[in-house]
Amino acid sequence: MELIRPGTKFDFIGKKKITVWISGIAILLSLGSIFLHNGLRYGVDFAGGILLQIRFAQNVDISEVRNAMEAIGSKDAMVQKFGGENEFLIRIEKGEDDLEKISKEIQADLQQRFQGKNLEIRRVEVVGPKVGKDLKAKALWAVSLSFIAILIYVAWRFRQISFGLGGIAALVHDIIIAYGAISIFDLEYSLPLMAVILTIIGFSINDTIVIFDRVREDVKKYRKENLETIFNTAINETLGRTILTSGTVMMVVLILFFFGGPVIHDFALTLIVGLISGTYSTIYVASPVVLFWDKQFSRKKKR
Amino acid sequence: MLRNLKWRLIVYAAVSLFAVLLFLPTLTPELPTLFYKIIPTEKVHLGLDLQGGMHLILEVEAEKAVESYVERIKNNLRDDLRDKAIPVGKLEREKSNQIVLEVSGDKANWEKLLSQRYSIMQELSTTSLDKGIWKVVLVLDSRQAEQVRKSAVDQALETIRNRIDQFGVAEPEITLQGTDRILIQLPGIKDPQRAIELIGRTALLEFKLVDEDGNLEEALKGNPPEGSIILYQRFVDPKTGGVKKNPFLLKEKTLMTGEVLKDARVTLDTQFNEPYVALEFDDIGAKLFEQITGANVKRRLAIILDDNVYSAPVIQEKIAGGRAQITGRFDMKEAGDLAIVLRAGALPAPVKILEQRSVGPSLGQDSIRKGIIATLISAALVALFMIFYYRVSGVIADVALILNIILVMGALAIFRATLTLPGIAGLVLSIGMAVDANVLIHERIKEELRWGKTIRAAIDEGYRRAFVTILDSNVTTLIAALFLYQFGTGPVRGFAVTLCIGLLSNIFTAVYVTRWIFDFLTLKVNVKRLSI
Repeated sequence: MELIRPGTKFDFIGKKKITVWISGIAILLSLGSIFLHNGLRYGVDFAGGILLQIRFAQNVDISEVRNAMEAIGSKDAMVQKFGGENEFLIRIEKGEDDLEKISKEIQADLQQRFQGKNLEIRRVEVVGPKVGKDLKAKALWAVSLSFIAILIYVAWRFRQISFGLGGIAALVHDIIIAYGAISIFDLEYSLPLMAVILTIIGFSINDTIVIFDRVREDVKKYRKENLETIFNTAINETLGRTILTSGTVMMVVLILFFFGGPVIHDFALTLIVGLISGTYSTIYVASPVVLFWDKQFSRKKKR
Repeated sequence: MLRNLKWRLIVYAAVSLFAVLLFLPTLTPELPTLFYKIIPTEKVHLGLDLQGGMHLILEVEAEKAVESYVERIKNNLRDDLRDKAIPVGKLEREKSNQIVLEVSGDKANWEKLLSQRYSIMQELSTTSLDKGIWKVVLVLDSRQAEQVRKSAVDQALETIRNRIDQFGVAEPEITLQGTDRILIQLPGIKDPQRAIELIGRTALLEFKLVDEDGNLEEALKGNPPEGSIILYQRFVDPKTGGVKKNPFLLKEKTLMTGEVLKDARVTLDTQFNEPYVALEFDDIGAKLFEQITGANVKRRLAIILDDNVYSAPVIQEKIAGGRAQITGRFDMKEAGDLAIVLRAGALPAPVKILEQRSVGPSLGQDSIRKGIIATLISAALVALFMIFYYRVSGVIADVALILNIILVMGALAIFRATLTLPGIAGLVLSIGMAVDANVLIHERIKEELRWGKTIRAAIDEGYRRAFVTILDSNVTTLIAALFLYQFGTGPVRGFAVTLCIGLLSNIFTAVYVTRWIFDFLTLKVNVKRLSI
């Protein structure tokens, strides 16, 4: 079976004047949204605070839970419906030290107030502010170092710094877009979403390397062609693979999105955006960066 | 080439079989006993986010251990100075690791005492005040302080382990994180609040005399007599739930601590039908207790737990035999937990809860069920699609994918890794890249066939070319994952571990195992047309 006929020649790179604008606008929208929302909406994992997931066997309206929380004295508690019927998330963002005590009191109080409604406390998360800060700092540090490692390894494998820079540029692009999506869809940035960002990084660099590899091979094969044509050829030659791989992965993520339940939902949504961005960025961020670098710095040497 | 084929089969089959054996204990607990003698019985552990249970991160406030260490030195010093008849005025601990004292009399005399018996306290400064009084500032040797901190953390870890063992939790995980943090995972625990109280309690048991001469009223105004302190007895009113506090003026010096306990158990008071905790001291403790009670007949001895006075009975006579009891208004559960913490020993320093997560068992099951359903649906669809698109070659790819998952699971079991949600994300990424590897190889073989190559040449060339790409992309991701593991914390590491294992097994299955099948089909079975 053939998805893409051999000899297909779409002029991908030729469209880069348009796509520069698309990328630019997408990045602006992303950063703009994050800026307007005063940064991401951090979950308990990162901001510190208390999260309770509760479920009643009887019918309970969300307003009852809200009233109860107000009566308990937690006016800044956020209550929202979650998943199935009569199931709620209660979130209290506080940076205080004795969160553990507050959480204990709230749980006891709720049990008392909803006696006879079969309150089940399904999940409790109490995270001190120190932990979240630590996690954020360490994750940023780890990701930054891994980017540097990728840059060095790719530059070494492809014998040119431009390929390393192109790969990293695509990664940065994808991360910005993914965080933009989290901000625009107003998702809560929690641990699972951090795992998604890591997944997107992995997918994006994989996709980029596959195309770069073909370019490296084609550079040897078509010695007389200029680099831009070679990129176009390489992208076309691997187009079938790109569609198959991205399509298969996308299919999986869509299933997770529709059938994975409420916890997986945000996870899958971010991943969908990341996959699209990761595939796109190989062609329209990584490749143009290599071409640009080549034009600026390498041409003089060659001639 | 043919013999080569056979050897490769043996190696690949051995690796696959080994992985299956490692993975088996996870699937079913009922295996013949012989099995467990040969194969490590480690299961793939599900993280608490998937299984339900409690996750705690505690910070040991090790500085407090230094504080009480210096406090003890200070008390000894007071006694020594008195014994040597050296007049001392002020004698206080400052910060966590310093002692400030004002001494007079013969300088050589006290200097000798300090340098001989208190060499771990270094003299920071010695200044002459008027009238022959010297102000001396001592500071705890920094290496010794470090030692105290470290042993406080180690001891806290040990104590908490003891408590949890006695509490009875299946497969607890208690590990040190960094220098002063303790990570505790208790799968499947039903009453997280109770467990927290059990683990987080300092449980420092102390015996102190009541200061019968001092003025309690005056002390409550903030002027306690030198060497005395105020502690409270707390009563919880069962009707209102309010707490009443009853103050006690106590001698600051601790006569005895829970270190000399041999046993602590719950006993039922036959008269009031109320449980209390019966204490039994070891030999040293029994002698000490006999001495203390003998020397203080008709005085009150306060029994203090974590700075709360539990009772302060009058000593009627010298008590031999080394027994005492803690009474209070306990219910059976409270008394039982108290006995556990006393038996396990006190924490050398208080602990602070930095993070607590507990997932109810029903939620854990829910998320597992949904996760499994979604995973099975997507795995089935991917497998079907591969067969639909690549025909027989698709079947080969599917074999590789299934083998990949088994290998990863086997590796997770042997490395005792825990599968969490971020871990699953890493797994999904590695499987995505496994699909990609198969696609890359197949597309490349097709391309070579189009150039007019023979089946054998196309397979050789396809694998050769695709291998470079697969290696590059997998190694790049592997390097990134190693960095994430090295520099990340908990969840980031969970992601990195499954990703690393997934990538390694990916190269093995997608490249080597499928290659063997292709070679077998073309060399042995002599397939003339490639179904791809």
